[in-house]
Amino acid sequence: MIEFTINGQATSLDADPNMPILWVVREKLGMTGTKFGCGIAACGACTVHLDGEPVRSCSTPLSAAEGRAITTIEGVSGEDGELSAVQQAWISEQVPQCGYCQSGQIMSATALLRDNPAPSDDDIDAAMSGNICRCGTYKRIRQAIKVAAGLETAQSEDEAQESAA
Amino acid sequence: MSEQDTGTAAAKKERSTAAKWSRRGFIGAGVLAGGALLIGVGVRPGNPVGKLKATVAGGAGEELVNSWVKIGADNIVTAIIPHCEMGQGAHSVLAQMLADELDADWAKVEVMQAPADGSYIVSDTARMFVAPFTMNAADWIEPTWDGLFTQIGRLADAMITGGSSSIRTTGQYQMRIAGAAARKMLIGAAADEWGVPASEITTRDSTLIHSGSGKSAPYSDFAAAAAEQPMDSSPALKDPKDYRLMGKSKRRTDIPAKVMGKADFGIDANIPGVELADLSYAAVRRPPVPGTEVTSMDAEAAKGMPGVQQILNMGSFIAVVADGYWNAQQALNTITAEYSASESPIKTTADQFAAFRDAIDSAGDDGGEQAASKGDAASAFADAATKLEAEYSAPFLAHAPMEPVNCTAWVRDTDDGAKCDIWTSTQVPLMARSAAAGALGMDDEDITVHHPFLGGAFGRRLENDYVTMAVRVAKATGYPIKMIWSREEDTQKALYRPADVSRFKGGLDAGGKLIAYNNIFTQRHDPAEASVPGIYDIANTSVRVAEAPLHLPFSAWRSVDHSQQGFFIESFIDEAAIAAGADPLEYRLNMLGANTARHKGVLEKVAEMSNWSAPRGEGIGLGVAIVESFGTVGAEVIEVDMTSGGPKMLNVWAAMDAGYVMNPDGFRNQIEGGIVFGLTAAMYGEIELEDGAVKQSNFHDYQMLRMDETPAIEVAIINSGTVPIGGAGEPGTPPAAPALANAIFAASGKRLREMPFAKQFA
Repeated sequence: MIEFTINGQATSLDADPNMPILWVVREKLGMTGTKFGCGIAACGACTVHLDGEPVRSCSTPLSAAEGRAITTIEGVSGEDGELSAVQQAWISEQVPQCGYCQSGQIMSATALLRDNPAPSDDDIDAAMSGNICRCGTYKRIRQAIKVAAGLETAQSEDEAQESAA
Repeated sequence: MSEQDTGTAAAKKERSTAAKWSRRGFIGAGVLAGGALLIGVGVRPGNPVGKLKATVAGGAGEELVNSWVKIGADNIVTAIIPHCEMGQGAHSVLAQMLADELDADWAKVEVMQAPADGSYIVSDTARMFVAPFTMNAADWIEPTWDGLFTQIGRLADAMITGGSSSIRTTGQYQMRIAGAAARKMLIGAAADEWGVPASEITTRDSTLIHSGSGKSAPYSDFAAAAAEQPMDSSPALKDPKDYRLMGKSKRRTDIPAKVMGKADFGIDANIPGVELADLSYAAVRRPPVPGTEVTSMDAEAAKGMPGVQQILNMGSFIAVVADGYWNAQQALNTITAEYSASESPIKTTADQFAAFRDAIDSAGDDGGEQAASKGDAASAFADAATKLEAEYSAPFLAHAPMEPVNCTAWVRDTDDGAKCDIWTSTQVPLMARSAAAGALGMDDEDITVHHPFLGGAFGRRLENDYVTMAVRVAKATGYPIKMIWSREEDTQKALYRPADVSRFKGGLDAGGKLIAYNNIFTQRHDPAEASVPGIYDIANTSVRVAEAPLHLPFSAWRSVDHSQQGFFIESFIDEAAIAAGADPLEYRLNMLGANTARHKGVLEKVAEMSNWSAPRGEGIGLGVAIVESFGTVGAEVIEVDMTSGGPKMLNVWAAMDAGYVMNPDGFRNQIEGGIVFGLTAAMYGEIELEDGAVKQSNFHDYQMLRMDETPAIEVAIINSGTVPIGGAGEPGTPPAAPALANAIFAASGKRLREMPFAKQFA
């Protein structure tokens, strides 16, 4: 039995301690927001927080979670379901295209902003360059991080349409 | 046409064509009344929705107004979208187009993925692929074309998302007409009930209004009655000045779920009725060399590994089925196998490029198949004042969507015979169904394809190799399996953007004008015009294709042939400009041929955005490229800093003319992504061959552009009003690589003729 909490919920599981957290979360706990991308910690799609620190869950064994707290994308919103500032900015800046990598992007960005509430462009580069977006939404991810940090104003739906007139 | 013009000229052009489209649509439908046609460019007169009603209108109080829209008792309008959502935003924008014509309240519009059913073929998308010249044909011929392409669409299972086509085909020719027709039917039903002339009823925000009597009612009140109304054979479409949703950056409906981790992709499939703990997973391995088979395997070590349920030698691949993907993959990794010998003489990248060059050498200056010809390129070259010769090359590329290839399948016997359900990310759900039927020896009707969001595709998910594999495993097991490819499998055993070599001989006259253009290459797939420098006025042109064998299987990769040809052509034009001692952007402007007002517009716009003529510092350079693709004309300028040795990309400015953009913010997002996709290929993209197999395996050696390398990107939209309108998904990609190569030359004097670029500075 391995005991840990996931998104605040105490959990104990009889599972292979070598199994990566990614597969435990997806296939044993049925939480599919965390994504499989590469299996070698090279793309960031599987990023979750372990005691608040972003880790690549595809390459982190379940044993590493013993007695610790896992947070996945499903645990980022407030308890009342209110979206986090990062999630709201992801909507206002219309970041996702296919969206597959965005759970991992949001987990990386959330950790960045908790440690560094006003990141510079270099800080954003350093924190986010482990996350690949094949659709190429990096420009919007950068902007959304600044919006979530309050460094830039959110794009309203109307502004976006005016600028193309 | 002035830049960013949404004024009268654009409006007038849009109006006249819109009227023609609606007429065409319903003449076609009329001709085919009583036939199998349900959509007939939108809707069938008489509106017999038949068995579809049960599939898409299941809720209490729901009525199907026609096959593309339903209205619920709660007055929610559901747009039923026949295209898949793979990140391009088509679900939202198609809903916008339908809802605008329907005068629906956008806050009460929902999007539903159309089921994989032959009633949802996208006949106009099929038509654009098969016979693009008919898209704007004269009215009299069109009924025939409509019937023909509906039939072709059905035969070809043409429920397809690709070719940057959803908005400009299904949106323009089907969704808008469906929305307008539904609105007219609702008005007809209200007019009957209220005893007032239909002409006196107006609509707004999903509400019918008769101001004379003060009556008003939500659409839902008349949904049932509307379904009984005769279909008007030509509903008028809105004039651009009356658009309330089209041309506006409405937020995408799929994004909230995607930021909460709640969006379901193929890989997230749950099987109704099957407990999570009871689902099995398959890891698979194909032989490393294409076209070979597994001749034997040693799976002794795998047999006793945790969770392993079955180990299958399927001939064309090995599968391990286990209680979880990780256990399956761990066991698969221990299996050793022997494979049949490959018949391909090509073993290495060098072999492949030698085959290209042999074919080109054999064809000489005038051999091969002629793709375009004008004047006498050979003798113009012989007489030219300045001669240029250049050879360019591009490597194989994998699509590498973030969601690895996967497919969940359940093949089972029921009281009603054998049935199969498939859950997968696919651009072609009906073709997936046919592929599964073929592999299983079953009828299409016994197979149901469930197709949720796609975690990227870029052409990869136009193929059904993985569907066939999954259903074969599921048939062998008899219980449901979720097959997931490792990233290594995805990178090494896929289908690829072909490598190629392209050779040019060009001649300039004494004034520096390019008067001879003789080009030969080996890979021509689609679109046919990609290799033709048609936007330029060159007196003597010969474009030829020499056939050469390709070791890896072909598949369409974002922008298809434009992805190589954009680099080849726009690099060569740049070399001609440099040879002429001209400014590369001015040179292009001066070379533009007939009907190039849009090309002039985007070049001038991008010059302005980039402040093209302003001097840059030492080691910093600007490069430009222009490519017309998928109906959109795009010019890009890239600014690169070469002072630290390798290319550091600073800025990209893009000006795109798609005629009219339905959702500006969504369009920009597509162009931004298309540019990053093109720059990724330009900097890093390369699939190499060793011993007949693919060398690269994962993101460490098949690199993607990342946040810290991505330049600032600014996209300008020019709504010139040209029709038919152009696409969004692909046109951002082709100009990126040549603009970067040209910028590197401007900054450093180093001309890059081979992709990718980064390793040439290592």
